[in-house]
Amino acid sequence: MRRLLTAVVLGLALLGTAQAAIDTYEFATEVERQRYRTLVQELRCPKCQNQNIADSDAPIAMDLRAQIYRMLEEGQSNQQIIDYLVSRYGDFVLYKPPVTARTLLLWYGPAGLLAGGFVLLGVILLRRRGKSGDAANGLSADEQQRLAALLSQPPASQRSPNQPPVDKKD
Amino acid sequence: MRRLLLLVPLALFLGMAVFLYRGLWLDPSELPSALIGKPIPAFSLPAVQDGKLLSEADLKGKPALVNVWATWCVACRVEHPVLNKLAELGVNIYGVNYKDDNAAAQKWLVEFHDPYQLNINDARGTLGLDLGVYGAPETFLIDKAGIIRHKFVGVIDERVWREQLAPLYQELVDEAQP
Repeated sequence: MRRLLTAVVLGLALLGTAQAAIDTYEFATEVERQRYRTLVQELRCPKCQNQNIADSDAPIAMDLRAQIYRMLEEGQSNQQIIDYLVSRYGDFVLYKPPVTARTLLLWYGPAGLLAGGFVLLGVILLRRRGKSGDAANGLSADEQQRLAALLSQPPASQRSPNQPPVDKKD
Repeated sequence: MRRLLLLVPLALFLGMAVFLYRGLWLDPSELPSALIGKPIPAFSLPAVQDGKLLSEADLKGKPALVNVWATWCVACRVEHPVLNKLAELGVNIYGVNYKDDNAAAQKWLVEFHDPYQLNINDARGTLGLDLGVYGAPETFLIDKAGIIRHKFVGVIDERVWREQLAPLYQELVDEAQP
């Protein structure tokens, strides 16, 4: 119990520092703060490619945070801010790229692959079922009779030694 | 037909392999500029040397390189002699002094020679932001109407100039001739 408490307290402390690094701006309302946070987390830093502009320490990320803050204060909508950045830095700044001809594969490729896999699986299963049906019906009446005769025979080990095998012709 | 179906996984694998192999040689840090084909953004900023106000109209008339530089940018120091050489060859170069201390910039131009026809003092980085600059040095190629035609990120060395930028610049120069 005590350990858990320590862990929780330490965890909370960690949270506090992480947020302090980001929030150096004063916001009039909580909604605005939330919008700012969403924006800086969804936009990508053009300089350090695998970070969003909230996490990046690059000067350009700092500039972009300041710019986003300024535009929020001016009362611009999220879409206006995103358009502003895209018109300068391209779709690259979006962690969620728009659906265009170039990104179709990216957006729908995995779903397509999954659907393709299911179709393939379905085809294979259907074929297999068809085949096993064929196998059962493939015997002619004659063959089936013989099969039944063979199955009704007692196994060789149970036959008496004097009795000659059935198949053998005298 | 049956036989051909057996080749499908191989074909898929080969397609994937070609796709990924190509990816090995792509440079992910090379961003296409969103501004290609668009005019130089409007601005009104002082010149580095005399503080005279410059605007986008001053960059029109001749094809040119627009070079974004700063004294804090180490790579710009490497690039500078190449720009000097290009200026000697008659290449038209404009400078954007990006988020820099103006006194330091003036000192740099005296010490290392000034290859720029004009030098814009973008102390707050507003023009840089409008140009989509994310780190110096960056160089834009503009045509005589001031339309951005190409962007190069990084140090221009002699090889980059010879192999990539010179042909493009020559094209713009040829275009500008009536």
